[in-house]
Amino acid sequence: GVNPDLASERLAASFSVELLTASLDGGAERTRTRRAVVEAIESDPVFSQENQYFQSQNERYEAAVKRAVYLQKKIREMGWSETGSEVQYIYRCLSGDIALSLHRVFMRSISVLGSDEQIAKWMPLATSYQIIGSYAQTELGHGTYLQGLETTAVFDAATQEFILNTPTISAMKWWPGDMGRSATHSVVFAQLCVHGKCYGVHPFILQIRSLQDHSPRPGVTVGDIGPKMNFQHADNGFLRLQNVRVPRENMLSKFCEVQPDGTYVRWGSQKINYFTMTSVRISVLSDEVILPLMKACTIAIRYSVVRRQSKLKPGEQEAKILDYQTQQQKLLPQLAAAYAFHFINTYLHELFNRGYQDIQGKNFDSLPELHAFSSGFKALVSQHCTSGVEICLRACGGHGYSLLSGLPSLYTKIIASCIYEGENTVLLLQTARFLIKCFMAVSAGQPVPPSVTYLSSAKPGKCPAKDKSDFLNPEIYLKAYEQMASRLISSSAAKLQHLIRSGVDEYEAWNQCTVQLERAAKAHCHYITVKNFVETVEKLDNKAGIQKIMKHLCDLFALHGILSNMGDFLYDGYLTAAHMDLVTASYLDLLAVIRKDAVPLVDAFDFTDRSLNSALGSYDGQVYQRLYEGARRSPTNQQGNPAYGKYLKPLLQNTLSKL
Amino acid sequence: AAAMVMNPDLRKERAAATFQPELLTHVLDGGAERTRRRREIEALITNDPDFQHEDFNFLSRSQRYEQAIRKSALMVMKLREHGIADPDEIYLFKSFVHRGRPEPLDLHLGMFLPTLLTQATPEQQDRFFMPAWNLEIIGTYAQTEMGHGSHIRGLETTATYDPATQEFILNSPTVTSIKWWPGGLGKTSNHAIVLAQLYTLGQCKGLHAFIVPIRQLGTHEPLPGITVGDIGPKFGYDEMDNGYLKMDNFRIPRENMLMKYAQVEPDGTYVKPLSDKLTYGTMVFIRAHIVGDAARALSRSCTIAIRYSAVRHQSELKAGEPEPQVLDYQTQQYKLFPLLGAAYAFHFVGTYIRDTYRRISADIIEGDLSELPELHALTAGLKAFCSWIANAGIEECRMACGGHGYSRCSGLPDIYVTFTPSCTYEGENTVMMLQTARFLIKSYMQVGSGQRVTGTVSYLNDLPRQHIQPQHVAARPVTVLVNDPVSLVEVYKARAAWLVEAAAKNLQAELNRRKNKDDAWNVTSLDLVRATDAHCHYVVVKLFTAKLSEINNAAVRAVMTDLCLLYALDGISKNAGDFLQAGILTNTQVNQVNQHVKELLAIIRPNAVALVDAFDYSDSYLGSVLGRYDGNVYETMFEWAKKSPLNQTEVHESFHKHLKPMLSKL
Repeated sequence: GVNPDLASERLAASFSVELLTASLDGGAERTRTRRAVVEAIESDPVFSQENQYFQSQNERYEAAVKRAVYLQKKIREMGWSETGSEVQYIYRCLSGDIALSLHRVFMRSISVLGSDEQIAKWMPLATSYQIIGSYAQTELGHGTYLQGLETTAVFDAATQEFILNTPTISAMKWWPGDMGRSATHSVVFAQLCVHGKCYGVHPFILQIRSLQDHSPRPGVTVGDIGPKMNFQHADNGFLRLQNVRVPRENMLSKFCEVQPDGTYVRWGSQKINYFTMTSVRISVLSDEVILPLMKACTIAIRYSVVRRQSKLKPGEQEAKILDYQTQQQKLLPQLAAAYAFHFINTYLHELFNRGYQDIQGKNFDSLPELHAFSSGFKALVSQHCTSGVEICLRACGGHGYSLLSGLPSLYTKIIASCIYEGENTVLLLQTARFLIKCFMAVSAGQPVPPSVTYLSSAKPGKCPAKDKSDFLNPEIYLKAYEQMASRLISSSAAKLQHLIRSGVDEYEAWNQCTVQLERAAKAHCHYITVKNFVETVEKLDNKAGIQKIMKHLCDLFALHGILSNMGDFLYDGYLTAAHMDLVTASYLDLLAVIRKDAVPLVDAFDFTDRSLNSALGSYDGQVYQRLYEGARRSPTNQQGNPAYGKYLKPLLQNTLSKL
Repeated sequence: AAAMVMNPDLRKERAAATFQPELLTHVLDGGAERTRRRREIEALITNDPDFQHEDFNFLSRSQRYEQAIRKSALMVMKLREHGIADPDEIYLFKSFVHRGRPEPLDLHLGMFLPTLLTQATPEQQDRFFMPAWNLEIIGTYAQTEMGHGSHIRGLETTATYDPATQEFILNSPTVTSIKWWPGGLGKTSNHAIVLAQLYTLGQCKGLHAFIVPIRQLGTHEPLPGITVGDIGPKFGYDEMDNGYLKMDNFRIPRENMLMKYAQVEPDGTYVKPLSDKLTYGTMVFIRAHIVGDAARALSRSCTIAIRYSAVRHQSELKAGEPEPQVLDYQTQQYKLFPLLGAAYAFHFVGTYIRDTYRRISADIIEGDLSELPELHALTAGLKAFCSWIANAGIEECRMACGGHGYSRCSGLPDIYVTFTPSCTYEGENTVMMLQTARFLIKSYMQVGSGQRVTGTVSYLNDLPRQHIQPQHVAARPVTVLVNDPVSLVEVYKARAAWLVEAAAKNLQAELNRRKNKDDAWNVTSLDLVRATDAHCHYVVVKLFTAKLSEINNAAVRAVMTDLCLLYALDGISKNAGDFLQAGILTNTQVNQVNQHVKELLAIIRPNAVALVDAFDYSDSYLGSVLGRYDGNVYETMFEWAKKSPLNQTEVHESFHKHLKPMLSKL
C-alpha cells in the first residue's frame, strides 16, 4: 500500500493532477499515447533498468547495445513510425540509456549536409542498419572552437581521393559517442586542403571498421576513451587516422564540392545548416536537462514527506522534513524552476518551428535572434537544472548519496549538459554579443527583434510597490526584471565603448568585459523566462485550480530570482532595501502555500516508478523497504568476500607479517 | 612516460612567477622542517613497490574494496616497521597510502579506538583496546539508522537489560531502525559500537553505547541473530563497505555497555553520568577536520584546473593570432582565482581551528569548559560554510576543464564524489548552520541584557542598542579601502552584525505574534542561516587577513595579500545585495569593488601556476592527467584511455552477440 504520509498529501491537492498532466503533455490525447508507449517498453524485460546501478562499464555497454538492437524489432512490431511522436517517448522512457544514439546524428548530418546522390546512397544503408554511424568533430585538444580543428583531408587528384590524417596527438578525435566500440562509419570533420591551399573545416564520410569482422580498417586506430562520471553505457571513442583514403565522393557536398581537377566550388547558403546546429541545442533541453530536474524534484519531494526528522514542537511526533522552512527553501524553488523551464521550452519550440518556416521561405531575418535564444537558454537552463538536481540530491541527507536513490546518476548525467553542444560560458557570450548589437541599434533608433524591444523602454525610476502583496502582481516584478536586465546590458555596452574609446583594442576590451557580459546575458534570459511564465499562466485554463497553483509557482520563481540576485536589483535603486523585506515576506508566504500542493505538483509529472528507478522516490513511498531490498540485491552481498580470505583473515589472526 | 619534457607553456608560467613557491609551501606546512618531514613520509610510500596498484578508475567496486583492504593491512605493518607513532604523522601516512580516499579501516581508527579510549572503563580497555589496537578486533561505530540521521534522540534500536542473565538484549524493532551507513560495517568489521535506547527495569534511559560482536572470529560469518551486509553502490566511496546491521534478540554481557560514565548495575539499577558535555569534544575534532578536507579538496581541484588552463589553448582573443591559453580569458580567471583564494583561506582556517581545539582540549582536561560552546558553534558553522563552498568549487573547477574534466582521468570526478558527502555527514550542513545561529542569537540576547560577549562574536557588543523593532535600522556606511584587507574585515563585520540583528529581530517579531518558540524559530530559519553564513564569512576573511602579517618573505606576502583582497572583494561583489540592503556600501562603492576584482584577476594571472605549485601535491597524490606537473596532458590521456576495460579486446564481444546479427540480417 501507499505510505500514509504520502497518501495524506495527495488527498489535500488543490487542483486536478490528471488535468495538469494533460496540460504539460499538450493534451489528454498525447498523455494517452505517451502512457501506451511507456507501458509497451516497460513491460518488456529487455528494457529493464533494474540492475543498472550494479553493473560494470562493460556490462552497461553491452546492455545498451542489446537494447538498441532489440528496439528496432520492437518498433516494427508495434508499428510505430520512426518520425512519429512515439519515438520521442521511447527515448524519454529509456532515459537515454541506449547505444547507437549517434546513429541518428550521423543520418541527420548526411541528410542536411549531403548532396542528393549522397543521400540516395547512404541513407538506405543507415536506415536499415547495414552500417552504424558516429559523428566525429571534437578533438583531444579542440572543442567549442571549430576552426581550430587539426585533422587534415588532402585531395589527391591522381587517385581522386582525400587522404585523411591526424597530424598530432591533440588532433585525435576524442569523445564521439558510439565510436569506441560500435560504429562502422563516421562523419569526420577535417581541414580540407587542395593543391596546398586550405579551405577550412569540411565533413567526410569515413568507414572506420570492417563490415566483415568489425576490425579497424588499415590506418585507423580506434577505441574507447575510458571511464567517465556517467554515460558508462556509451562507448565514447578516440580515432586516429594515418593516411586513410576516402573517395572524392565522400566529402559531404550539399554546399560545396571539390571537382575532379581539384577546383573548389561553393554554392547555396549555409544558413540553413547553421540553423540546424542551433536547433540541436534546443532539442537537448527537454529530455536531457528539464526532465532530470523534474525527476529529481519528484524523488526529493516525495522522500521529504516520508522522512521524519527531529521535532518541530516538543511532545509531537518527529516532523516531515518538508515542513521545515529550510527544506522548502531548497526544494520548492527547484520545483517552480522545473515548471518555468518546461514552459520556456514549449515557447522555444514554437519559435523554432516558426523560424524554420521562415527559413524555408528564404527569409533569414529571425536567424540572429534564434541563435541568441538557443545559446542563452541552453546555458541558463542547463546551469539552473544542474544545480537544481544537486540541491535535490543534498536535500535527501545520507540516502541521497546511495545510487539506489537514483539521484547520483541523474546528477552525473545532467552535468555533462553544461559542456556539450557548446560550453555554457562561450554560449552566454554569444548571446551577449547579440544583446550588445541590439542595444546599439536601439540607441541609434533602429528596429530590433521583439524579444529585446524592452531595451528602449527602460528608464531610471523607482518600483511603486508599497505592500508585500504588490509583489504578487506580475506587472510589478516583471518591470523590476526588465529594469535590471536592461541596466546590466546598457552598462556593459557603456563599459565596452569606454574601453574602446580610450584606446584598448576591440578584442582586449571585449575580454575585459566578459564577466559583466556573461551576467547581462543571464539576466536577459532569466527575464524572458519569467515573462514567458507569466504569459503562460494567463493563457491557462482557470478550471480545476490549475491556473491558481501555476500562478503561485510563477510568483515563487520570480521572487526567488530577485532574492538570489539581490545585488543586481538593488544596485540602481529601482528596488530598495525596504522592498527586499516585502519580497522576502511574500516569498515566505508562497513557500507555505505551495508546500501543501508539493506532492501533487510532482505527481503531475507522471513518471512511472520504473523510469524514476529510485528507492526514495517511488509512488507508494515505501522508501525503507526498497532501500533494504536494493542493498540485499547488491553484488557485494550476493557474491563472497574475496578480500576476507586474502587480507582480512591474515590481518585479524596476526599472520600477515609471516606472508 | 618518465622521459617527457615539461610543457613549454607551464615552463614559461613558472619562470614568470614573482615569488618562490617553496617558501609559500613552508607557510602552509607551518615551517620548512615540517615540509621536509611530509615529503619524507610521502617518499616512504611512493618508493615502496608494495603500495603500487592499478589505476582505480579501471577497477570494479569489489576490486577497489579489495585493493583498499590490501593497502590498509599493509599500512598497519609498515607504520610499525617505520616506527611512526605520532597521530599527525599516522594521518599523513594514511592519506598518502590511500591518496586522500576513504578506506575500510577509517571507522576503526577514527571512531572505534577513540571511543574505547574515552568511554570504556579500565576493565573494558583491557578486554577490547589492545586486541583492537593489534587488529585482532576490527570495529566500527554504528549510530545512524535507515530512518534517523542528525536527530540522534530519534534512534529506535533497543538494548533491554535482563537481570536474570545479566545481559542486554539488542533489537532492531522496525525496518527504519536498521543501522545504515557505518563505514567498514558491510564486510570488514567483526565488532561494532552500537548506539541504542537503553531499557532497564521497564524504563527508557536514552541512548547509550554498547560493544557488539557481529562476526565469528575465524570464519567471519555473521553471528546468529545478526544480519549484516553492504548497503550497495554509492556516489563515490567505492572502496568503503558502508553497511547495514539488523539485530534480532541478540544478547551481549552486561560488561559490554561502555560504562565509564553511565552504568547499569547487576540488579538493573541505572547510574547517571556526571556531565554529557564531554561528547562535544570528538565532534568538534571531526568537524574541524572537515574544514581541512575542504581546503585540500579545493586546492587539489584548483591545481588541476589552473595547470590545465595554462596548457589548453582555445579559440581566439584576437583575429589572426594563435589560440590563447584558456587561462587568459577573463571569464576563466573569474571562475578559478576566487576559488584559489578560498582554498588558501580554508587552509588557514583549518589550521586555526585545529590549534584552537588543541589549546581548549588542554583546558578541558583541567576542567575548564568555558570556551567549548563558542568553539562548538564556530566549528559547526565553518564546517558547513567551507564544505558548501568547496563542494561547489570542485564542480566549478571541473566544468572549467571543459569536456575532459568529465573524464575520470581528470581526477576531478573522484575528488568531488569523495568530498561531497561531507556536506551531509558529521552533521547535515543546514542543521549545523542553525546550531551556530542558536549561539549567535544567544550572544545577541546576552548583549541586550547588558552582558559583554567575547571571542568571534565580540562585534555584537558594538551594535547601537535599539529596542526590538520589526524594521531594520540601516548600518552606518563605512569608509572602504579596496586595497586594505583590514578595512574589508570591518565591512564583513558590519554585515554580520546587521544580519544577526535582523534575524534576532525577526525572531522576536514572530514570538510577539504569540507563536510558540519552535514555530517562530522555523519560520525565521532562512534569516538565521543567512546570518550564520555572514558570520562565518567574516571569520574566514578575518583569519586570512591575520595570516598575512605572519608571512616573513615580502614577495610571498605581496602575492598572498593580492589573493586575500580578491577573496574578500569577490565575496562582497557576489553578495552585494546584503551590503547594499544594509546600507553598508553605496552603489558607487560596489562598482569600485567590482572594478577592483577585475583588476586583481589580471594581477594574479602571472602567479597563478606558482600559487598552485605551492600546494605541493605530487602527481601520484593528485591522480590527474590534466593536472600533471609537467603538463603532458594529451599524450598521457591517450595512454590512459588505452587501458580502459572496453579496450581489452580490439573487437568487443557485444559485436558478436548483438551487432553482427543486426548488421548482417539483410
